[in-house]
Amino acid sequence: MLGSVFAILFYLAAIILVTGVAARVTRYARTPAPLVIPTTPAPLTRTGVAARMAREVVFFESLFKGSKWTWLFGWLFHFGMLVALARHLRYFTEPVWWWVAMIQWIGIYAGMAMFAGLTGLWARRLLVDRVRYISAPSDHLMLLLLLAIAGSGLVMKYVQHTDIVSLKAFTVGLVTLDWQPLPADGALLVHLSLVITLILIFPFSKLLHAPGVFFSPTRNMRDTPRENRHVAPWARDLPGAGPDRS
Amino acid sequence: MLKIEFETPPLGELLVTPPVQPDAMAHSRPFVAKPEHQQGLGFPGELVDNWQDVALAKMDELLGKYRSLPVFLDSCVKCGACTDKCHYYLGTGDPKNMPVARQDLLRKVYRRYFTLAGKWFPRLVGAVELSEDVINDWYSYYHQCSECRRCSVYCPFGIDTAEITMAGREILASIGVGQKYSNEIIGKVHIIGNNLGLPEPALANTLEGLEEEVEEDINVPVKFPLDQHGAEVLLVTPSADFFAEPHVDGLIGYAKVFHQAGISWTLSSYASEAANFGIFIGNYENMQKVAQRIRQAAIDLGVKRIVVGECGHAWRVAYSFWNTLIGPFDFLDPAYPVPQHICEFTYDLLQGGALKLDPKANDDKVVTFHDSCNVSRGSRLGNVPGGQFTIPRELIRSACSHFVDMAPETIHEHTFCCGGGGGLLTDDLIELRVKGALPRAQALQQVIEQHGVTHMAAICAICKSQFSKVLPYYGMEMDMIISVHQLIGDALVFDSEH
Repeated sequence: MLGSVFAILFYLAAIILVTGVAARVTRYARTPAPLVIPTTPAPLTRTGVAARMAREVVFFESLFKGSKWTWLFGWLFHFGMLVALARHLRYFTEPVWWWVAMIQWIGIYAGMAMFAGLTGLWARRLLVDRVRYISAPSDHLMLLLLLAIAGSGLVMKYVQHTDIVSLKAFTVGLVTLDWQPLPADGALLVHLSLVITLILIFPFSKLLHAPGVFFSPTRNMRDTPRENRHVAPWARDLPGAGPDRS
Repeated sequence: MLKIEFETPPLGELLVTPPVQPDAMAHSRPFVAKPEHQQGLGFPGELVDNWQDVALAKMDELLGKYRSLPVFLDSCVKCGACTDKCHYYLGTGDPKNMPVARQDLLRKVYRRYFTLAGKWFPRLVGAVELSEDVINDWYSYYHQCSECRRCSVYCPFGIDTAEITMAGREILASIGVGQKYSNEIIGKVHIIGNNLGLPEPALANTLEGLEEEVEEDINVPVKFPLDQHGAEVLLVTPSADFFAEPHVDGLIGYAKVFHQAGISWTLSSYASEAANFGIFIGNYENMQKVAQRIRQAAIDLGVKRIVVGECGHAWRVAYSFWNTLIGPFDFLDPAYPVPQHICEFTYDLLQGGALKLDPKANDDKVVTFHDSCNVSRGSRLGNVPGGQFTIPRELIRSACSHFVDMAPETIHEHTFCCGGGGGLLTDDLIELRVKGALPRAQALQQVIEQHGVTHMAAICAICKSQFSKVLPYYGMEMDMIISVHQLIGDALVFDSEH
């Protein structure tokens, strides 16, 4: 029974995540950038743009220029989460991929880094008057949610062990559409419920920054406006556009 | 005469972040455009009855026209990296001058009407109805942003508050609440061809006077040609260059360079303005219409090249937008970039050995350089990224033996706006302009004390006007600010071969 409820919730959340994010990304992709607006100095080539975007996504280059503390906490959180998520692949693969097996030990530290990073970010949000001013209730709740996810995960590792064998049967069953019962452990149910919540709010919240950064015209445009015209479809027919010269 | 009482902030240490002081600048609002200023630009003359519907429809339209808007409005995570980056926040402490908070003024309305979270849980996500208070905040704080893009350098998602400010201003104008300063000026360009409303006879007269003055001064017949058909180069420069100090010394510098290089050039009385305030109000059509005059003038005069004088936002529009707005320029000589900046033009001549400069002429000066925001973060000079930083400095070093840079966190891409850009260079915003100049004034004070700097050169008409007005508030001389091409012009060695 419990297994079925969570299975249905997971499928539902996954569908909403995929369709919701796809809808936003489609919107971003279909909306033209009618003027060339990279923040300069900017790369002149597509390869250069890819490198700039990679530095932004992997190293948080701009944030590093902006605020060293936020950069430190933010990077710890995001890459802690990334490794912790990769560690979770062992619950969905049978046999477990070799590299997933290899990073198991580091995944625990990654979970701690994630927790520490989130704590630091929340401390800034509470203690720095400027950041406190710009925070809505949802900004605090988002950190609380992520902290609770990381925390409940660590609790299962160190305090209240869960029945990993049954859990893996359930998670593999999710993937293979062969529903299995879910162990009724408090920490596990809390962990999974929070994760489902996070997935559900992803497409409707600031978590959209993840796909959004790739569409940011100040970061993904080339600095070649003298060489290339960049006329948006809606601007082609403006009276000021003069005779057709595109 | 407008009299505004306020205290000039103490200079103090460089870049100390002030504590949050809510509503410290809530009273700052520029004059609202009169009906005649609005209608000439295609906006309603005064506040329309159904302003809420019109504003939301406009917002919807802009969200579909500019990718930056949905991406920027969705993506902000309120990390706070931008909160201490705006010169207006550093100078006033008003939290709504933090870039993210300025964006939030629009974002909270966007969330309320255009997102599920804001429709269902407005309080949770900080979404609000579009009320009169919101409109008042928009008018006040979207005119406390100079669209300088400094915040966009530090944002992990590249969110550029200038884009939000432009959208905010366009929505305001579309419901009948435009800004007098910018809209009146754009109207003058549409009708007469320049920001000053200077008609052809007056311009011709001014240029004649300059010719006499220069010849008297250096005994070289430097010309200031107007409407000369078949000239090689059309020079488009901010109209402040014709009159204002120190701008006019820059214009004299360009003319000397053209003269010495032996390249024929002309100004146009039809397109006697490089400035394009269409960018400030975020309106594509007006920006295009202003730019169109320059294309027309270049065709009518049969020139081969277009060179743009020292002006920050004008260069951003010319470099980044012209080709898109009014291109292609297939009627010009493809051997040269279109448009070309006067600094690129002079730099190329120097590299090619066509000009000789004698830095001794400027030995009485210790010069620093103010990177203008639109040149630094919205465009480029030369062939490589960052040329906008190196080329002006190379020019200054060629013309002047004593050059020092200001603190690294205040130059290049980190440069601070002069405090008067983005359509804020008006006396009704003098308090904002003085306070917004604080970071630059601090950095300047530092090099004055440490290196005995006597002059700050710039390549922007707004920067020059702004600094000559506000530097005295900080106890500095108004004539410290000079044009880069004044230094060039003074150091230029004339030979008789031409």
